[in-house]
Amino acid sequence: MLTLHFIPYNDIEALSSAKRIQKILNIVKDDKIALLEGRLKKEEEKDLIEITMEEIDEKFKGVELAVIYPDKNYRHIFDRWRKGFVSMLLGDRQGLTVVGPASIVKEIKKDPNKIELFTQEEKKKKKK
Amino acid sequence: MLGVFKRFINKFFRDLFQGKKEIKLGLYGPPNGGKTTLANRICKDWLGEEMGSVSNIAHETREIQIKEQIKIESKGKELTFNLVDTPGIATRIDYEDFIKSGLKEKEAKQRAKEATKGVVESIKWLDNVNSVIVVLDATKDPYSQVNLTIIGNLQARNIPVMIAANKVDLKKSSIKKIEGAFPQYPIIGISAKYGENMEDFYEALFKLTK
Repeated sequence: MLTLHFIPYNDIEALSSAKRIQKILNIVKDDKIALLEGRLKKEEEKDLIEITMEEIDEKFKGVELAVIYPDKNYRHIFDRWRKGFVSMLLGDRQGLTVVGPASIVKEIKKDPNKIELFTQEEKKKKKK
Repeated sequence: MLGVFKRFINKFFRDLFQGKKEIKLGLYGPPNGGKTTLANRICKDWLGEEMGSVSNIAHETREIQIKEQIKIESKGKELTFNLVDTPGIATRIDYEDFIKSGLKEKEAKQRAKEATKGVVESIKWLDNVNSVIVVLDATKDPYSQVNLTIIGNLQARNIPVMIAANKVDLKKSSIKKIEGAFPQYPIIGISAKYGENMEDFYEALFKLTK
């Protein structure tokens, strides 16, 4: 059974970068797909990959990761400044971050404004 | 406009305080994009020798490899740099994938272990390079989060980036898809394996490092 675990931005807002990453990884290592409201900082995304690699063993095979971010909708410079100002005050709540265990999620495709998530079972069905 | 001004200020202060520093050119990207094939092509073109081994099995390069003092020439100009070939960055490494590729279980587990260390090493080396070529397989989906994370982190560090859309010799390749995903970066379509379009690549390299 596929379990989605939603994390509201409020839940990670006050956490340090290390704790944010650990919270996400704990959910993923529990074989659930984490859906985070908003996105991590670029540095945190990089750290998530690094820490994932350090924790890989025979049971934990890593993660599949995708971020949907409505960046391209802000074509006007004023909108971009406004968005930047709001993000600075309230954190980056826009978009959605999907992190799933590699043992369950085979692939996440982005197109770039939609996410397609393929589970291991789904892939097998597609081959038929 | 703001971005151009920011880049100018960053470049001005970088040049002011660091002077003419040594160019450390990093090859970054996901596994099997052709980083080592490109490194070999550059080294063969200018040094007459290869840099590392290549394979169809992912994570062939599991340690940072450096070739120092590569001097290239194009249109009467010269450029000297140290080339840093990095292990491919991935978010998942499963030893069973290596078994499917033909390795024995023990070998596969060892390769997986080394590959995870290689990814960590690649990420740490982001702090040591000052120009980067992101090598992408032009037959693959460019919107993978690994690509976006690598490029996002390079951008945050103000490291000049150029994208090599590799494997253009293959029918499935699409430079347009990569241009659509990363419109703000110079993108050169190449075939590192067959040496296609390398003149344009070297010309772009001069612009990247100037």
